[in-house]
Amino acid sequence: MKVEMTVNGESRSADVEPRTLLVHFLRDDLGLTGTNIGCDTSSCGACTVHIDGESVKSCTVLAVQADGADVTTIEGLAGGGELHPMQEAFMECHGLQCGYCTPGMVMAATSLLSENPDVDEAGVREGLEGNLCRCTGYHNIVKAVLSVGGDGS
Amino acid sequence: MNAIGTPMKRREDPKLLTGEGKFVDDIQVAGQLWMGMVRSPFAHAKIESIDASAAEDAPGVHAVYTGAQLQEMELWIAPLPCAWPVTDDMVNPPHFPVAAEEVHHVGEIVAVVLADSRYEAADAAELVVVDYEPLPAVASIEAAVADEATAHSELDSNKAFHWPLIPDPEALDAAFANAVHTVDARFVQQRLIPAPMEPRGVLAIPSPHGGEITLYSATQVPHILKVMIAATSGISEAKLRIIAPAVGGGFGAKLNVNPDELLAVTLANRLGRPVRWTEPRSEAAFSTHQGRGQLQHIELAADADGKLTGVRVHIDADMGAYMMLITPGVPLLGSFLYTGVYDVPAFGFTCEGHFTNLTPTDAYRGAGRPEASYAIERAMDLLALEVGVGPDEIRRRNFLAGGEAFENLDVASTLTFDSGHYGPNLERALELADYEGLRAEQKRRRDAGERIQMGIGLCTYVEICGLAPSRALGGLNYGAGGWEHATVRLLPTGKAEVVSGSTPHGQGHETSWSQIVGDKLGIDPADVTVLHSDTAISPLGLDTYGSRSLSVGGVAIAAACDKVVEKAKLIAAHSLEASPDDIQFEAGVFSVAGSPDQTVAIQEVAFGAFTAHDLPDGIEPNLQEQVSFDPPNFAFPFGTHVAVVDIDEETGEVRLTDYIAVDDCGNQINPMIVDGQVHGGIVQGVAQALWEEAVYDDDGNCQNPSLLDYLVPSAAEVPSIVTDSTITPSTNPLGVKGVGEAGTIGSAAAVINAICDGLSPHGITDMLMPATPQRVWRAINDAKGGAA
Ligand code: FES
Ligand code: FES
Repeated sequence: MKVEMTVNGESRSADVEPRTLLVHFLRDDLGLTGTNIGCDTSSCGACTVHIDGESVKSCTVLAVQADGADVTTIEGLAGGGELHPMQEAFMECHGLQCGYCTPGMVMAATSLLSENPDVDEAGVREGLEGNLCRCTGYHNIVKAVLSVGGDGS
Repeated sequence: MNAIGTPMKRREDPKLLTGEGKFVDDIQVAGQLWMGMVRSPFAHAKIESIDASAAEDAPGVHAVYTGAQLQEMELWIAPLPCAWPVTDDMVNPPHFPVAAEEVHHVGEIVAVVLADSRYEAADAAELVVVDYEPLPAVASIEAAVADEATAHSELDSNKAFHWPLIPDPEALDAAFANAVHTVDARFVQQRLIPAPMEPRGVLAIPSPHGGEITLYSATQVPHILKVMIAATSGISEAKLRIIAPAVGGGFGAKLNVNPDELLAVTLANRLGRPVRWTEPRSEAAFSTHQGRGQLQHIELAADADGKLTGVRVHIDADMGAYMMLITPGVPLLGSFLYTGVYDVPAFGFTCEGHFTNLTPTDAYRGAGRPEASYAIERAMDLLALEVGVGPDEIRRRNFLAGGEAFENLDVASTLTFDSGHYGPNLERALELADYEGLRAEQKRRRDAGERIQMGIGLCTYVEICGLAPSRALGGLNYGAGGWEHATVRLLPTGKAEVVSGSTPHGQGHETSWSQIVGDKLGIDPADVTVLHSDTAISPLGLDTYGSRSLSVGGVAIAAACDKVVEKAKLIAAHSLEASPDDIQFEAGVFSVAGSPDQTVAIQEVAFGAFTAHDLPDGIEPNLQEQVSFDPPNFAFPFGTHVAVVDIDEETGEVRLTDYIAVDDCGNQINPMIVDGQVHGGIVQGVAQALWEEAVYDDDGNCQNPSLLDYLVPSAAEVPSIVTDSTITPSTNPLGVKGVGEAGTIGSAAAVINAICDGLSPHGITDMLMPATPQRVWRAINDAKGGAA
């Protein structure tokens, strides 16, 4: 089946099997390997991207379901060789170690802040519940998100 | 320049933050074949027959190989390796990548499909029909000890080894005979699934005409893997190149030689095509080893004041179905730590390893040491109850050296602790936690009979890291040494390259190593490039595990820098026309003593060493030095952790509300990274205490292999953590210890001590891990004499 969508501002299309997951379409067909896969039960959030501005686990969506959508992946978050303020905050606060959860975590965090710019610590912890990190113990991730506060996205 | 000791931002981050970092599954090559694994649904069974015809005819399938066919193909010359045969008579049944006759755990591979895509490989694996004759399964460590059925049909017992460490049996017996107070406790270390967020994965790329073969693997140990794959496959070590690209966490899970790694290399080599596999998360409970899995029995003997006179420990350790790389050695790594930070005159430890029909166990963050600190720290709380003093006081009374500073102290478990200063560390943690205030609040809630009660738990741990003096490892029958290698070179333009045999997977080695080299050579850390994790670039190394990278690998780098400076000094003396004895080196500049105007920068020396136009006689061109550093001793970091929990007495729910950690890992290169390691380690230990367990049914099926059911905590379950440190330098040249596992080693005991402390008014003194609401509620209910 042919799918067509806007990914990081560019129109992309490909022929895919109907069962192809969006995350595999992004990674294997478009070569956007920044979006990671950490599970097969939609539990970890490593695959989080934005679809039409909302954060979505891209392993829970078929590529064909995203037909016509506007998708942003970690590669398109800032662009132009710059870092997005959330990426900078993760670096500043040591919010990543191995970096595997990081793209998904950053995408989830930017969307959390755009929905609720005044979120407090408890709100950040609740809001990131769907994204697992095995390295950081979350302490510095939470710190990074709070440091961006309402002005990040 | 002082880069060491500053919280420099990590140079690793920009690539990882933007998706530019490449993990194994991100690397695509033309013509690759995907492996799909056919796995046994039985824990113990004979393979009667395999019909692969439907799979062979499925779309995209290139071939299907059964275990028997692979044996005929003679792809390997030896079974998968166990590098740590802990005793000379240890039982070690052969473990091949694919079972041919009998399977010994659920998920053991019985056939491999090769197909054009990952989807086709997975589909075809489902079409392989295997006929099994089920055999009785040994589905728990308790069943293994009972020995009624055997996990391997050809064995007449599940017992794999008996390992004793009893330096003075008579003294030990006397300690217990004369004890005023004793503690006799049994604890269970449940099995854990390590679950790094990046699953394991492999990609083997052959060179059919050249004969070389490159393996990309999500591994912590490319160097060890190279030796082991050469030894098991018979492929020349010189033709093998192993690359660990960006690796998404390890925690011990990626410290092994796995069936998939050997299969990818040998099939790619035989077929002349790239072969790959990425571990599906729900297979990881079978395809990657698990951690812990011990029954612990610990006894303490003490005098009337509660001063310890003896500690006796017996461990029954669950090996799982096979001995993997260091399976049997894991409990032994803990053996030396069952006396903790305490002055114990008499000590005895025995360990028996047992086979079960479960996924093999092996290293998981802390590997043997969290188990040890859990047992002794839980037991110390029981001793405090027995003696009638607080948990803080029982510890003060028993600290080695009376809590004062020491160096090179011999302890009862036969080791020599490098350095320690336990008293102030405990007091700092109590102060930071406002221990008195917490106790007052606890009392208030108890007096008011509130529904949410408070528990406060302490853990004063010590751990062994910096593995290890090679001679000590030899004495323990470990199959390799414990040195680490470093090469440091100054390039013609004055930039430095350091090649390290340590292999990071999230620890920020590139940043820390550049800080060390920057200071040592007096150059900007930004001018230092760190190379690692590719055996073609870094041919010598022993990799990253056991919190060894800094205290072995970092010291090797520092020593190589010293050698570079030594040689540069000779060249500088020559160009300054002075005697080398008169040359001083500071902040990257050589100068002549007494003539501060006569100087040459190390960068200029590097250029001179490159052109070699005017070197002193007998000095070779270039500035490059290498060191293989073998540490003379282990390092023994320590610390005090305080956990505070809320316990809902009506639902049994436990919530960790505060966590205070004061760790001492000696000198710190990058305090920001140290803190990060501590945070992550703590949450992994808390997770063992509260949520995580690989649960098996009586037939040996894992009930919770996916991340849906295996409860890796999210941000919502844990609080922010208060960290601080004391600094007691180690005896190595950098004064550093190690911190990668410390958090995990301290936290499970602190949390369970807190729960037992909170429940003590009910007379509850123990709690199984994980302390689920059901378990806690039942304990309270039973204590109240209530019916369920
Ligand atoms: S890969 Fe999508 S949630 Fe885990
Ligand atoms: S940084 Fe490693 S999983 Fe989050």
